[in-house]
Amino acid sequence: MKWGVVRFPGSLDDNDSLWALNEVMGQEAAILWHKDTSLQGARCVLLPGGFSYGDYLRCGAIARFSPIMESVAKFAADGGLVIGTCNGFQVLCEAHLLPGVLTRNRTLSFICDRVHVRVENARTPFTRAMRQGEVLTLPIKHGEGRYVAPESELRQMEERGQILLRYVDAEGRETDDANPNGAMHAIAGVANDRFNVFGLMPHPEHAVEAMLGGEDGLKIFRSIVESAG
Amino acid sequence: MSNPVCLPGEPRVDLPQARAHGLSPDEFRNIERILGRTPTFTELGVFSVMWSEHCSYKSSRKYLRTLPSRSELVVQGPGENAGAIDVGDGWVAVFKIESHNHPSYVEPYQGAATGVGGILRDIFTMGARPVASMDSLKFGSFDHPRTRYLVGGVVGGIGGYGNCVGVPTVAGEVMFDASYNGNILVNAFCLGLARSGELMSARASGAGNPVLYVGSATGRDGIHGASLLASAEFDAESESKRPTVQVGDPFTEKLLIEACLEAGRTGAIVAIQDMGAAGLTSSSSEMAARGAVGIDLDLDKVPLREQNLTPYEILLSESQERMLIVAQRGRERELQAIFEKWDLHAVVVGEIIAEPRWRARWRGQMVADIPVGALADEAPVYDRPARPADSRPRGIACAPVRQMAAPEAFKALLENPNIASKRWVFRQYDSIVQGNTVSGPGPGDAAVLRLKHSRRALAIKVDSNPRACALDPYLGAIATVVEAARNVACTGARPVGITNCLNYGNPERPEIMWQFAEGVRGLGDAARALGTPVVSGNVSFYNETEGRAILPTPTIAVVGVMPDAARRVASFFKNPGDAILIARTNPPRLAASEYAAMFGASDEQLAPIDLNREAALVDALVGAAEAGLIRSAHDVAEGGLAVAIAEACFNPDGVVGAEADLAALGLTSTSELFGEGASTVVFSAATGDVEQVTRLFGSRGIDCRTIGKVTAEARLRLMPIIDEDVRALRDKYEEALPGRLAAND
Repeated sequence: MKWGVVRFPGSLDDNDSLWALNEVMGQEAAILWHKDTSLQGARCVLLPGGFSYGDYLRCGAIARFSPIMESVAKFAADGGLVIGTCNGFQVLCEAHLLPGVLTRNRTLSFICDRVHVRVENARTPFTRAMRQGEVLTLPIKHGEGRYVAPESELRQMEERGQILLRYVDAEGRETDDANPNGAMHAIAGVANDRFNVFGLMPHPEHAVEAMLGGEDGLKIFRSIVESAG
Repeated sequence: MSNPVCLPGEPRVDLPQARAHGLSPDEFRNIERILGRTPTFTELGVFSVMWSEHCSYKSSRKYLRTLPSRSELVVQGPGENAGAIDVGDGWVAVFKIESHNHPSYVEPYQGAATGVGGILRDIFTMGARPVASMDSLKFGSFDHPRTRYLVGGVVGGIGGYGNCVGVPTVAGEVMFDASYNGNILVNAFCLGLARSGELMSARASGAGNPVLYVGSATGRDGIHGASLLASAEFDAESESKRPTVQVGDPFTEKLLIEACLEAGRTGAIVAIQDMGAAGLTSSSSEMAARGAVGIDLDLDKVPLREQNLTPYEILLSESQERMLIVAQRGRERELQAIFEKWDLHAVVVGEIIAEPRWRARWRGQMVADIPVGALADEAPVYDRPARPADSRPRGIACAPVRQMAAPEAFKALLENPNIASKRWVFRQYDSIVQGNTVSGPGPGDAAVLRLKHSRRALAIKVDSNPRACALDPYLGAIATVVEAARNVACTGARPVGITNCLNYGNPERPEIMWQFAEGVRGLGDAARALGTPVVSGNVSFYNETEGRAILPTPTIAVVGVMPDAARRVASFFKNPGDAILIARTNPPRLAASEYAAMFGASDEQLAPIDLNREAALVDALVGAAEAGLIRSAHDVAEGGLAVAIAEACFNPDGVVGAEADLAALGLTSTSELFGEGASTVVFSAATGDVEQVTRLFGSRGIDCRTIGKVTAEARLRLMPIIDEDVRALRDKYEEALPGRLAAND
């Protein structure tokens, strides 16, 4: 299946996403340069992690104005699948393709670690290869990953099943210690209300090989391939 | 050609002015002799930075020449911006370590950040993509009021830069000792990978070739960072030197990495060098000197952040994220297009000339005209007096001897910040970006990185042993090299190359010069014995505050290669029932140990080191890993044998226990339990492999014996002395450092 991986100036996990998709999964992923507008026939667009434009303003605040983002917004409006990891999630929120915002971790420091997330809705294009309630182990690495939205909006999102991943402990329980950044409702990943745009702070592209610490990220990519391939 | 001019308003150039620039009267007279006239103010500035200790290595060069730098794997030894080793399957590893000590003490966040930025540029200027960083950090004691501030700033700066530029920080070391109270150490290592035959050079050639300035615009930051900040000791006024510290922009660095690597693939680059210490001056003069050509710079073309910079400021600015490129004539547009694509400046600021002169023009006038050699190879070289101090070395933290029950001492050691987990530090670093980190920071004696499209993996580790170096700078340096090599070998990788960062006090004092000379001698002897050439390095002198020097601190990084990443060996016990063995070259001693620092010790001498046996131990570890005979291997380091066995129980996938009858083995003395400096490895093997692995070590003359076994029950039983719950020990080990950093004592 054809994928487009957007490269903003300051994108860091773009090559790692290509590696995961092409070398590990045998997909056809190509880089989409931020100054271009063509999505090159991609069936799914991936916005990778990194520090787009240095993130010297709010994370993702400048990247959303890149020419490629107009095409991504149109693609999403037409029902195309879009996934944003880490900085890509931040860009999607800034572009209003996803609700909420990502603010500084409650520790006020960058955190690189391995966390557990629970699949809260397995009936979406991004989670369908998983079981409801399944616990995944995925790496995080971010300074601004604390998900925040108005409580009223969160309630609606919960009701609609837009929370796809939540931080839990190894046994699948929600505890304060298991929430690394202080995200509201322990949210690690959310979808829009049409379920074709997905943002998550963990890095599935860094969990695709056993030698590098796990393969749970493959389940997310496989879900997308099942949905769009 | 007429002489360069002095500009209106510039200070008068005379001996007092030269001294204010850090030049000695002899050096100033030498400059006048070389030029046949008094230098212009601009030229004085240029000489002062290029002849500074930091740029010229004038006190150390005589010694550095003695280091071994060749092997069949060395692709590039000292002389370029970094060394390079062939690691197989078409890959070349390019690596170097460098200090950023004084800037980090004055302004910890930016000092550490730009230290990372600078070492990255040394790597990608060679045409290699930076793939891994490590840091060796030395802070003062927790009693010192500045320590917590410095730890927070330095760790924040390393993370802030490294995380944003997308190079994982995969290993490191952190030590606290009162000798660093007024002068912390921040040594940053970077390793890059390039395809064989695609390295770039910093040797200019070809009269008429254009010189391109790429990257950030030039501002007033960092002027005299190399000369006045890095090449002088600290005093009460050091705070006022804050403006000499540069400010880092990791986002621009990321663009610069991509643009430079892309530009390198065009083949249109003749030479390239980072504008690091001494900025435009050093990069242009060093590239010209290597190629025995001249260079003519037009300073009006240099992109500036603000108007009205003088030529002196433009030439001496240490603004970050800038590179200088010598392009093939006629292909400059091709290169400029690449940099423009990445939104970076790329401006022709001069050209290579045949005559070996270093010239700079500004507003139609010549402001500097200097023979190239005078700025590089012909810079002064000193043979400074070196002799040991009369008295016992000062500054080794060694408590008065007191009786301490071993179980209490053991727990206190686990909570000692020099031993306890450094998770608080490395959790703030991205250690996985680029997708090669098989074993990152935390458990593991060395970081392991896989090579893509290959079965091979690299192991890298940075080590230092300043207390041992203070007792005996020669043996201490040897101990440091063999420890780093052993750490790498514990993973199963064979050490293939070394880079070093030599941190010492003021070389104008004979006892410091002696420490340095002995340190280099030890480094050289150890590197020869292990067959690991020293391919790059850096010297940092003047690590003193008000006459008090740091402990002599040669920091050693070792790079190793293993043929099959699947054969890597973990540092922690894996299978209950496995036998626990130790292999060692020497009985341990308490001299220079953490135990001695906390509870005192009567040992005052390091044990002698037999380098042949050290090499044999490394070889045995690699051989055992390749034969698949060992399940884990962990070097006995700070805290000694008891701590090492405890650490090996802290398996991150689920703790295990260990039991050993130390009384029956005769291992119950304080020095056996907590001594260091013995080159000892604790490892585990399936019981069926014990005989074979013991024979393998024995055939290389290494004493190896079984001391106990791994248990499923998470209890550490080193009978009859220690009987503790492993989870409780691990909690102490994990919580100690954050606790000390948060405490307000």
